[in-house]
Amino acid sequence: MHRFANPAQFNRLADSVMPWAFSVMVLTLASGLYFALFDSPADYQQGESVRIMYMHVPAAWMGMFVYMVMAVASFTALVWRHPLALIAGKAAAPIGAMFTALALITGALWGKPMWGTYWVWDGRLTSVLVQFFLYLGYMALWQAVEDDEKAGRAASILALVGVVNIPIIKFSVDWWNTLHQPASVMRLDGPTIHSDMLWPLLLVAVGYQAYFVVAFIWRMRLEINLRKLSVMRMNEVAGG
Amino acid sequence: MTEFLNMGGYGAFVWTAYGLSAISLVTLVLRSRARANAVLLQVDAMRRRRKEEG
Repeated sequence: MHRFANPAQFNRLADSVMPWAFSVMVLTLASGLYFALFDSPADYQQGESVRIMYMHVPAAWMGMFVYMVMAVASFTALVWRHPLALIAGKAAAPIGAMFTALALITGALWGKPMWGTYWVWDGRLTSVLVQFFLYLGYMALWQAVEDDEKAGRAASILALVGVVNIPIIKFSVDWWNTLHQPASVMRLDGPTIHSDMLWPLLLVAVGYQAYFVVAFIWRMRLEINLRKLSVMRMNEVAGG
Repeated sequence: MTEFLNMGGYGAFVWTAYGLSAISLVTLVLRSRARANAVLLQVDAMRRRRKEEG
């Protein structure tokens, strides 16, 4: 684990992963979009509006997945004082915030024609909105506190506290009455949607995972470079 | 083609969802890459200057 604490090690790993992640991303997103738009059936109740699902559901999954990545990174940073783990959480946050925002926006765009409203304050929508604010709070803490060490600790603690929201999102549709439908893919008894719709959904989901790897590597590089720059500036001020 | 764009009357919702998703994903990754490279150039420039100064 601590081998990856060294940015040089990370860069070597990232260089070898990047072409694979990029290829998987292009292939799965291209084929996923093709099936989603051209070669999947319209829904018997929802008509063509069901195609919003192929953007909405994977984005919602990613919002939760990236949150867990951020939480695990925060835990590692707090317990083992792992410097790259702190950076990993910081690098992941904007990507997760973007996916959560996309889940909310595409959900609203789907809700308007199907439910008759862009928004309803039910358990599912509200807990996902809370997740979006947790991301914003995490990023705001990094910005607000001058000392990176202290900022990182505060942000990491917030990220860990926010983990309680993840099961709330997952089970909100079972616990409370809502307009939002219950799970139809991530079920113990298997998916209940037709394979013609499941395939494009899973292709986009895999594509989003690969996208996350690509975006995450670039944001890690950005954060590592920023840290290098600030260390060099500090040395210069110290007359070193 | 018009029929495809119309999406059974839901075109505005469907294409906004797809368009916003595509724009967001592309923008985030390209901006991250551009910033990472820009900061790297600053780091390299600083290193060179320090070397010249001895």
